[in-house]
Amino acid sequence: MSRKTKAGEFKAYKKRSFAQEVWRNYKKSPSAMLGLILIVLIIIVAITAQIVYDYNTDIVQQNIKQRFLSPGTPGHLLGTDNYGRDVLTRILYGAKYSLAVGLVAVAISCLLGSTLGLIAGYYGGVVENIILRFCEVFMGIPSVLLGVAIMSAFGQSLAVLMLAVGLVYVPMFARTARAAVLPVREEEYIEAARVSGVSDFKIIFQHVLPNALSPIIVQVTMGVANGILSASFLSFLGLGVPVPAPEWGAMLSSGREYIRDYGYLTTYPGIAIMITVLAFNLMGDGLRDALDPKLKQ
Amino acid sequence: MAENILEVKNLKKYFKTRSGMLHAVDDISFTLEKGKTLGLVGESGCGKSTTGRTILRLIEPTDGQIVFEGKDICKLNKSQLRHMHKDMQLIFQDPYSSLDPRKTVSQIISEPIIANKLLKNKDEVEARVAELMELVGLAPRLFNTYPHELDGGRRQRIGIARALAMEPKFIVCDEPVSALDVSIQAQILNLLKELQEKLGLSYIFITHDLAVVNHFADDIAVMYLGKIVEKAPAEELFINPLHPYTKALLSAIPIPEIGAKKDRIPIKGEITSPVNMPDECRFCKRCTYANEKCSPLPELKEVSPGHFVACSRLDEI
Repeated sequence: MSRKTKAGEFKAYKKRSFAQEVWRNYKKSPSAMLGLILIVLIIIVAITAQIVYDYNTDIVQQNIKQRFLSPGTPGHLLGTDNYGRDVLTRILYGAKYSLAVGLVAVAISCLLGSTLGLIAGYYGGVVENIILRFCEVFMGIPSVLLGVAIMSAFGQSLAVLMLAVGLVYVPMFARTARAAVLPVREEEYIEAARVSGVSDFKIIFQHVLPNALSPIIVQVTMGVANGILSASFLSFLGLGVPVPAPEWGAMLSSGREYIRDYGYLTTYPGIAIMITVLAFNLMGDGLRDALDPKLKQ
Repeated sequence: MAENILEVKNLKKYFKTRSGMLHAVDDISFTLEKGKTLGLVGESGCGKSTTGRTILRLIEPTDGQIVFEGKDICKLNKSQLRHMHKDMQLIFQDPYSSLDPRKTVSQIISEPIIANKLLKNKDEVEARVAELMELVGLAPRLFNTYPHELDGGRRQRIGIARALAMEPKFIVCDEPVSALDVSIQAQILNLLKELQEKLGLSYIFITHDLAVVNHFADDIAVMYLGKIVEKAPAEELFINPLHPYTKALLSAIPIPEIGAKKDRIPIKGEITSPVNMPDECRFCKRCTYANEKCSPLPELKEVSPGHFVACSRLDEI
């Protein structure tokens, strides 16, 4: 009886859930909020563009009469390109490619890479050596070359682009995760968990990972940014999403030929990439701070 | 004679280093009676902490036997060892690094209970955590706080509650108070003493602070470079220290009295390297009494009941 009431008394100090706690810290930072708002806007734009515009008539249909209309022309706020297609419409519609490639690629590389890095860092010894040497071999191949190789081996499509960009960044995640794990592994609370009879699996995912999370999160946000850039780059080389899809990198690539006379063709997709990358970086910084309980007040 | 809960026989732990074998724990033996406390004293780097961790097999011993309640735990496999850890726990030196900064107090204390499936129902676990917090003197309002919000004393109480969660019979206290303020040291020591009486715990109490161990331990073993050089009941050791190293250590305890005169026995030089040691007394390079008799390495000999000393020139000094 007394034991029950005692527990009740203790439970009165119920804590907020983890997500609530993180959100409470996250919203304190204006720059992080800016990043989040931008990302939400980009997502809304990407979804709305799918509904409002028709791919065949609005996005890819050529209109030779309206070539190179300069920005500000009524009906074409950002002008038209060399095939007479509206640049703004294409940028808005293209948001989905960049978001999809960035997020999926990072998900692939983060899951694979971080798991490898965690295992390498926690167990050390032979396991670590094998994983690290494997990563080094992978890193020895220039990332573009690797991407090109994967793209040409599996063919050109959005799914393969995601896979290629994802695989390219696996070693980076592995190394980041391992480096973050090394100091945590030596902490006494890991030893304490071991004496408490906690299994290795639980130690890795409940103690090591949360404490090694900050650099991984930073890597994730940089990874989204990098992924978008890599995808753009592969598209720029003509290996990404097949033309005439309005992928931002592909738009940059095709605008390049007219850069002297119609600079806006490369400027606006570039700005779109920049804003997206910036938004993810801001959110990443905010998230890293919000996840650190030492900063809580 | 009371029942022995722990017997350590010829325990050795050597580490391989680039320059040779490092003898961290070098052939030590002792026994611990149920409900008693053995103080393990020595300077930094003498192998006290390694001994404590080796007894729990957090570090695998190179050789020797660790008999806990009649069972040699060196022969246990991983799952049997986990089972064994329910009875043998550890309290850490540094209450700042021994608690996961991302877990709340209740999560930390409940971890061993959940990991060993002692209680399955969530309410039962919470009730048990509440009980443990009360036992170690933590206020209910700290239930969901994070360790960094608390001071060193409270953090150490969390560490103690975690160690007690599985109702162990034996706890290795690895310098549990040396990272704390003096006023808080006393609180924690009293708490440990109280818990010992209430729960019938046996302790190995590792420390470099002789004043602490004097109040706390029943027996004291003095370690130097991986060896036990002297072992005696606490009172006996303080009244009648025999080994030159013990004498020097005791003479270094400050006397809280103005103008009190005391003959200090200085220890010369630095601690010898524990790598590839010659067959001679570990202390002879720094001992004022050292001569050719100090080689070979002296054995631990019983000079009076319960009082063991390892010194070749015992009769002459």
